[in-house]
Amino acid sequence: MRLPPLLQAMTLAALIAAGGARAELIGDAEAGARHFNACKGCHQVGKGAEDRIGPHLNGLFGRQAAAHEGYRYSASMERAGVDGLTWTLETLDAYIENPRALVSKTRMSYRGMKDEQARADLLAYLRTFSDNPANIPEAEPTAIGTDHSVAPEILAIQGDPDYGEYLSSECVSCHQADGTGGGIPSITRWPEEDFVVAMHAYKDKLRPHPVMQMMAGRLSNEEIAALAAYFKDLE
Amino acid sequence: MTLNRRTFMAVGTAAAATLSAPAVLAAGHGKPRVVVIGGGSGGATAARYIAKDSKGAIDVTLVEPSRSYFTCYFSNLYIGGFTDLEDISHTYGTLAAKYGINVVHDWAVDVDRAARTVSLAGGAVLPYDKLILSPGIDFVEDAVPGWSVAAQNAMPHAYKAGSQSELLKAQITAMPEGGRFAMVAPPNPYRCPPGPYERISMVANVLSRVNPTAKILLVDPKEKFSKQALFEEGWQRHYGGMIERIGPDFGGENVSVDPDAMTIDIDGMVEKVDVCNVIPAQKAGKIADMAGVTDGRWAPVNAADMSSKADPDVHVLGDAAAQGDMPKSGFAANSQAKVCAMAVRGALTGSKVFPAKFTNTCWSLIAEDDGVKVGATYEATEEKIAKVDGFISQTGEDAATRKATYEESVGWYAGITTDMFS
Repeated sequence: MRLPPLLQAMTLAALIAAGGARAELIGDAEAGARHFNACKGCHQVGKGAEDRIGPHLNGLFGRQAAAHEGYRYSASMERAGVDGLTWTLETLDAYIENPRALVSKTRMSYRGMKDEQARADLLAYLRTFSDNPANIPEAEPTAIGTDHSVAPEILAIQGDPDYGEYLSSECVSCHQADGTGGGIPSITRWPEEDFVVAMHAYKDKLRPHPVMQMMAGRLSNEEIAALAAYFKDLE
Repeated sequence: MTLNRRTFMAVGTAAAATLSAPAVLAAGHGKPRVVVIGGGSGGATAARYIAKDSKGAIDVTLVEPSRSYFTCYFSNLYIGGFTDLEDISHTYGTLAAKYGINVVHDWAVDVDRAARTVSLAGGAVLPYDKLILSPGIDFVEDAVPGWSVAAQNAMPHAYKAGSQSELLKAQITAMPEGGRFAMVAPPNPYRCPPGPYERISMVANVLSRVNPTAKILLVDPKEKFSKQALFEEGWQRHYGGMIERIGPDFGGENVSVDPDAMTIDIDGMVEKVDVCNVIPAQKAGKIADMAGVTDGRWAPVNAADMSSKADPDVHVLGDAAAQGDMPKSGFAANSQAKVCAMAVRGALTGSKVFPAKFTNTCWSLIAEDDGVKVGATYEATEEKIAKVDGFISQTGEDAATRKATYEESVGWYAGITTDMFS
């Protein structure tokens, strides 16, 4: 059901040791821009990109895992960074192929991109936003950050995190509070706006998942804001 | 309904005021004491939430005979070879170490509601201010004539997970080529409505790989069953011709067994089988009877706080409770436990009590990467836990949807067991 910890450790160690030894995969950055659509819900890249649900991806290549300041990573990702995981074409390729096989308790709720060429293209695209080899181009941020517009007065509601804590007991029957994902995505430490937008997209049945439509369907605007306020600051 | 902080505090106060106990019961004997009997989805969750949220203000004792607890959910996946037994095994060390819960591995053998004490098989007597019973199920005697717990080695029920699951799996593996597996399914209501049919799917999955000419006979006293269209579609698609179901029209409700001869008598027709999985009719775990809170086979409760209709200081959770519309499932027990924990904590320490909300989702695996689910939300009314809204997987869904549903169930398993034990 899951990769044994020893195997995870070995995979990580092998990747760290391999460094840049393998021939570099050069993909098509233009095609990669389209594959980046799968990432946009959580990540921004390009000029003015900010941390959202996931960290922004400018300057990613050559950086140590979990080293980007200001973003709160999972403990698992922090540990991988301390253990020496650095983002190269090869390590990123392995991570994108199956995130949890490389970093077991990552909060990145993504099942993985199985197509090797798609990964090569995506990485070619992402590399254009790193200093090495290219400088960050003057492109607009790509992320839209939202799949659904929510009225400003709803977004303006200040959630009560104490009430959110009570309401959260329903969420944590499936979503783990520490942000561990896998089959059920992480909902921990999301920016409040993203959380509120996502929940209203379920409530309005724009997002298709039947369980979440049902759960969000009976939450009031205040309750959604309360949950967003609670999960934002969870350790 | 919209709630701002002020209105829900008012609601909370009103709800707390309706509880029969005074706000603080600590007078006279130090901290208030809660005893929880049963360390499954209801009991472990209730103990954990009361201890965690009261931050040491309440003494919590959890009585559970097993040191290693095997969840019933995912035990069918173990039989099908999709998970290992150790992956569905859990221990109570974290509840003791992290939350200070007094975990006692012993059997509760009596409850004295007048004296508010619980007696354990080992001789200890535990006083309580609030008692939470989450004992799961026991089997109704003579529900299937010829079967008794004494015969559970010859004809396993495997409806309490662990050694029984292991035994049933071993018997399936050892079936002769072209042999016959039979299941006697239980009448309503029983633990995990889709459980017997997920098990049939998992047995078929194993046999189709290792013993493809084997046959499965499902003897069922019920006309209809949970997720029926989904299961029947899946059985046709994955295991065509292997599974035969005999419903009540053909004598499925008139069944007896002979464990020595390994025969099953279906309305006078005697069949020899190689493995016989008997899942008898069920009732609340025996301690609920001993506590005198049952009416018939189950323990009626008030939906708002899961308190017994017989005693406001006794709460009953999960399979043992007669609560209304929720199915008997681990998810339901976990959901009820949080409502109960909030009410108990409110009664004992005066903490806020919010209106009860309940949820359930049951995932089932039909074949590799072919998962289905059913779920609903519920609210507390005067007379019962009442269904609000629900959904079910559709027949004819594409493979990617079914795979995602299965992966979701694996994620849920990690989530709920974290919510119970860590």
